[in-house]
Amino acid sequence: MIDNLLLLYDAPILSVQLLVDGLMIGAIFALAAYGMALVWGVMDIINIAQGEFVMLGGYVTFFLATRAGIHPLLTVPAAAAALFILGWVLYRLVIFRIVDQDMFISILATFGISIVLQQLANELFGADVQTAESGLGTLFFADGMVTVPEIKVVSFVAALALGAALFVFLRNSRLGQAIRATAQNARAARIMGVNTDRVYAMTFALNAAICGAAGSLVVMTWLIHPYLGLAYTLRSFMIVVVAGLGSIVGVIFASLGLGAAENFAGFILGTEYQAAFVFSLLVVILLLRNFQLSRQRKHLK
Amino acid sequence: MTHRTRHLLPYVLIGLAGLAAPLIAPTYLVQLALLWMMILFALTWDLCGGQMGYNSFGNILFFGIGCYVPAVVQRGLYRHIAEYATVTGGEVQKLTLTQYFTGFALGLALAVVIAVAVGAILGSGILGMRGHYFAICTLGVGIAAGEIANGWEYIGSGSGMLAPIYPGTANARPIFFYYLFFLFAVMCFFTLKWMYSGRFGLAINAIRDDEDKAEAMGIHTTHYKTVAWCVSGFFLALAGGAFGHLNNFIDRDVAFPGATFGVWMVLMAILGGKGTIWGPVIGATVFHVTQEFFWTYLFGWQRVALGLLIVIIVVFFPLGIMGWLREQWPEKFGETVDVAARAAPVSLGDS
Repeated sequence: MIDNLLLLYDAPILSVQLLVDGLMIGAIFALAAYGMALVWGVMDIINIAQGEFVMLGGYVTFFLATRAGIHPLLTVPAAAAALFILGWVLYRLVIFRIVDQDMFISILATFGISIVLQQLANELFGADVQTAESGLGTLFFADGMVTVPEIKVVSFVAALALGAALFVFLRNSRLGQAIRATAQNARAARIMGVNTDRVYAMTFALNAAICGAAGSLVVMTWLIHPYLGLAYTLRSFMIVVVAGLGSIVGVIFASLGLGAAENFAGFILGTEYQAAFVFSLLVVILLLRNFQLSRQRKHLK
Repeated sequence: MTHRTRHLLPYVLIGLAGLAAPLIAPTYLVQLALLWMMILFALTWDLCGGQMGYNSFGNILFFGIGCYVPAVVQRGLYRHIAEYATVTGGEVQKLTLTQYFTGFALGLALAVVIAVAVGAILGSGILGMRGHYFAICTLGVGIAAGEIANGWEYIGSGSGMLAPIYPGTANARPIFFYYLFFLFAVMCFFTLKWMYSGRFGLAINAIRDDEDKAEAMGIHTTHYKTVAWCVSGFFLALAGGAFGHLNNFIDRDVAFPGATFGVWMVLMAILGGKGTIWGPVIGATVFHVTQEFFWTYLFGWQRVALGLLIVIIVVFFPLGIMGWLREQWPEKFGETVDVAARAAPVSLGDS
């Protein structure tokens, strides 16, 4: 661990590499986290199956790219559309029953959904690690000390563009207004003629679609396997806790920060501890936040 | 039969059946031992989840500590320091009976101490959160613990470590572990029953129903919450120690099985009925028996089935078996029923 720190000190250019890699990952976290904040804010549900949507989006791209030979970048809309349908179906089957229930039921029910999706993927697609080759080249900076695969740049830009599109959609479209009205006060929205059931369905499906697109970017830039879901769910949760529910700028900065922090931790502590770092960081952040609040006699709830 | 003897009857019957099980069903002893472990799981989860309203997804942490600590103690206790320094955890250790049991008892004691200490330290911070945050924070704790165990070389990291082999006869081994789990489950049941019957039970129920009011009434809520979590940790560490030694091999997936035991304990408690003492016992028995009978026919699809089961139970039967019984026959649970009011339900709540 100390060796790795010294290495960073001796060769500062390595930090640049870690930082760039981290920011690129962070952009994808931002998508999943934004979706989670949307569902949380509008429906008061914390969707534990968030990471599974990311994983399934990745598999859509993986199969379209390897079996049908379509270029993976072109399959992003397909992944989003497939997950949109899945999200809609899940809402009509399960989620609409738990929208008004207490939070424990919604957490446990979505936890059940996440296990179903994860294990279905495991049975149907196998437990192997998969990736979809984009065939793009690599950019070199600083005499080859910093390497950035072009696909990461593309996915970084795509992630931010998607986030921006979503932001504009929520702000300007009719449905976006209905979604925001429902988030503010579902009862008042109903009285004003908003079909909240449809709004909930659209919100949940939209969230699944965002995650699907994120997953599609994940499989091109890194890799996917059936068990990666929970890590994305907890990262999203952590980001939303740090950023707050309403703030998109906060989500972006928290995501990029998390991506960078995680990458540095993976380098310094060793990759075997990278996941441990992420989950411990979640606990530490929650503890700190709660400690801050407890001084004002408040608490996280 | 007098009222008192009728109340004692289930305890006597279950106790006798539990004691006599090695004679009746000697081939199923390991499954029966695990049944007692499941009952212990459901009871300890219900202490926080059902009675106190703090739904923890990370209680598996204590189980994992319980798995590892006795094995580590056994590994170090009867070796010379020079030999110990070269130990990697991979080799089989042969001990005499006395060494084995002394080491095991010491290991269990240390496991309990560590688990309770961890519970107290973590709990005093985490239990300040409520609702969503507590649930997800504990989920993080459970997984983080597993990941750390998976990376830590001292306890064998990814390749795991071996507990010493049971030195007695091959027949005695399942009997010993059966009675060990039986003892732990019975201890757990009566400890919880005793705790629920007094001020402690009232206090944690008050915390579940309205924590702010409970605090305003002068209950030191953090104190009670931490004690409740530590009690869960105490019994889970015991169960973990016994399970680690029964299984012999310990790694991340054995010690921190969040996707199996970790979820099952929640599911079993809900299936039986949260917030009752018999609910978790019934839920664990139903769940364990069903899974032992049917799981093997599902050929790997059992985890999909488990997920579906969670969704179905949580969405459609959140009250569980005891809750259903209570709705059917409220008189048996000491509730007085106003028939007229029951026939014409009026709700003034907003919806």
